[in-house]
Amino acid sequence: MAEKRQALVEAGQIERLIEVLHRRGYEVVGPTVREAAIVYDRVEKLADLPVGWTDEQEAGSYRLKRREDGALFGYVVGPQSWKKYLHPADVRLFSAQRQGETFRILSNPDPPPPGRYAFLCVRACELAAIAVQDRVLLHDRYRDPIYQGRRDGIFIVAVNCTQSAATCFCTSMGTGPRAHAGFDLALTELVGPDHHRILIEVGSEVGAEVLAELEHFEASDDVEREAEQAVGRARSQIQRRMDTTGIRDLLYSNFDHPRWDDVAQRCLACANCTMVCPTCFCTTVEEVSDVTGDHAERWRRWDSCFTQSFSYIHGGSVRSSAKSRYRQWMTHKLASWIDQFGSSGCVGCGRCITWCPVGIDITGEVGAIRGATASAGENDHGNT
Amino acid sequence: MATLPTDPMVPDPYRVGQVWKETSDTFTLALEPADGAACSGFSPGQFSMLYVFGVGELPISISGDPEDPGRLIYTVRSVGQATHALVSRKPGEMVGVRGPFGGCWPLAEARGKDVVLVAGGLGLAPLRPAIYQVLRHREDYGRLIVLYGGRSPRDLLYRKELAAWARQPDTQVLSTVDYGGLSWRGHVGVVTSLFRYVRLQPARTVAMLCGPEIMMRFVTRELESCGVQAPDIYLSMERNMKCAVGFCGHCQYGPYFICKDGPVFPYSKVRSLLEKHEI
Amino acid sequence: METLERIVAEHPFFAGLEEQYLQLLAGCASNVRFEGGKYILREGEEASQFFLIRHGKVALEIAAPHRGRLTVETLGEGDILGWSWLIPPYHWRLDARAVDLTRAIALDGKCLRTKCEQNHDLGYELLKRFAHIMERRLETTRFQLLDVYAAHK
Repeated sequence: MAEKRQALVEAGQIERLIEVLHRRGYEVVGPTVREAAIVYDRVEKLADLPVGWTDEQEAGSYRLKRREDGALFGYVVGPQSWKKYLHPADVRLFSAQRQGETFRILSNPDPPPPGRYAFLCVRACELAAIAVQDRVLLHDRYRDPIYQGRRDGIFIVAVNCTQSAATCFCTSMGTGPRAHAGFDLALTELVGPDHHRILIEVGSEVGAEVLAELEHFEASDDVEREAEQAVGRARSQIQRRMDTTGIRDLLYSNFDHPRWDDVAQRCLACANCTMVCPTCFCTTVEEVSDVTGDHAERWRRWDSCFTQSFSYIHGGSVRSSAKSRYRQWMTHKLASWIDQFGSSGCVGCGRCITWCPVGIDITGEVGAIRGATASAGENDHGNT
Repeated sequence: MATLPTDPMVPDPYRVGQVWKETSDTFTLALEPADGAACSGFSPGQFSMLYVFGVGELPISISGDPEDPGRLIYTVRSVGQATHALVSRKPGEMVGVRGPFGGCWPLAEARGKDVVLVAGGLGLAPLRPAIYQVLRHREDYGRLIVLYGGRSPRDLLYRKELAAWARQPDTQVLSTVDYGGLSWRGHVGVVTSLFRYVRLQPARTVAMLCGPEIMMRFVTRELESCGVQAPDIYLSMERNMKCAVGFCGHCQYGPYFICKDGPVFPYSKVRSLLEKHEI
Repeated sequence: METLERIVAEHPFFAGLEEQYLQLLAGCASNVRFEGGKYILREGEEASQFFLIRHGKVALEIAAPHRGRLTVETLGEGDILGWSWLIPPYHWRLDARAVDLTRAIALDGKCLRTKCEQNHDLGYELLKRFAHIMERRLETTRFQLLDVYAAHK
């Protein structure tokens, strides 16, 4: 983009944005409130968004609370991520039909949804997570056609964070709180005593077309400054830090660090962290047969390196201890991912910290392995 | 990027041509493309994902001749439900095949050198295509030395072929078993003990190893003590595998995916990983 | 004797031994030959010799309960057979059977161990060489015990 294009809209224009996206054939999905959490689901109208809600997060804890204002995007990320749509938890790869002594393979993977997705309210850390999964599933030696079918042509409405949760650490991972690229439109919500407006930055031609259909105004320097301050607020609220200096070699050279035994005492190997992680991509494939045994389907499902069966080869599991499984997960995420895909597998969204039932904190674990007492002091929330 | 014309997760239909019983629990299957389609080629050391209807899919090394264009050959040990289902296929029945996947043995790098193949148990199966290749292009290579360790005489694979290979010029084939009965006239002892009977020329040797990890660890030590350098030693590694194309994450081995970065690795790349437990 | 002396001197097992010791060893050496199937030594019998195998194959056997006679290791050209002559109570712990026609050089262990008691330098040199063989055997036996090729169902 040669010049930065941005415009100001009243908050109510988000209703219109949803309409415009629908009219353009997108299936709009975004944050909604369900079962006391903010989850991603279909968004038909502005009221489907968690208007006036916020979240309070800590290691092992998540609560929704009412806000005093009517902010549309006054919360951060919940337990789900966009991999729910791009890399679904369950997907049929093909089915097969018995025919006498043989069988016929019906190449009929689950089709992508008929309309293209428009993701509404994608945070900067989540844009980074999508880019990470793109590298894994599209840009490596092989290409996953299922991911590609769902990924191609999506419309992304990013939202710059104007507040952060206690579990956020995007600033350490260099992913947020502001979205810089990878979106069609990026919103910054500005809630004042006498105004509720949204600054919209255009990231693509399609984004510009969509913006043109909204009732928009030129953004003044004052508005830009206000937006800058709002994002700065989120940045300054971030409490957790992860020192990523030389982290690959740090973890490779600390395979036998006593901290792995320590974390294994706490880790339940429940796999929550891998399910909520927006970049974890591991899957298994299961055979599903009907009662007659004449019809079989192959289903790809999310899997987790925290299960025993994950590393099973004849004779037993390679990683039979919880210690080795936690070590594998964290070492993969923060170290071997760099060798494999050229970037960290962690985007600093903090979900694994919030949704760990015992509050294991990846930033605290890295700090402990680094032996950096300084960073532990700075990080009072580290589960140390 | 290898752009695959079709979905890499959907198998091609193959029919079981022949089945040979190798040992009490190990069978060799020849698979031919159903519907007269062309048989996929492969390089020695590569593997396929074999799908049994209603049961599941397994990574299996190709154990046949890479220059036999009409069929793919696999040697499978029945150790669980899926492998049992696979070896129970009768001629004419169908098996789904994906692949071949992974890299191959360094037969190009080994040209002009002595080729030392060290196999343990079922590990001879992925090495057999390399043996075929070397014997077929005999003049391209120096000596061929095959050292093979098994559990007992009746657990050894390809016994007739082992004897036939041993009669080839410049070829030494030594088999040993952990325990032998009175009727066994061959060697007894671990595979590393066979190195006493070969005179390696370490500077012009390329070694390729396949077998249980612990066996390969012992063998690498032996090779190094004979003066063979780590970059001239190659190992075929094994891990759980669900997709074979780097998506499922199961086969990770340190920074590597066994499916796409392996299964054949230079020892220098995996040496530090072999020493790590539960990696 | 000339030939025996040379064979002993050139055997890697004795590499680096002083000339006087090599002469002593050659003095205790004799050529032996075992037809295939013949036992070279038997468990429990007095161990008074050891062998440098020159040609053939020797099976070390144990009679295992319910499994009959098991060969636990085979030795061949260049290998050393037997160390029980060096360690009290000087009885063989295994059977050794020639699988094929086997030619070897037998060394009189009884004579040698007396010399070793008198001359500890010689004793140390021999013990060091046998310790190396024992270490290798122990390592390979451990490897064998792992039963690495077993099916784990």
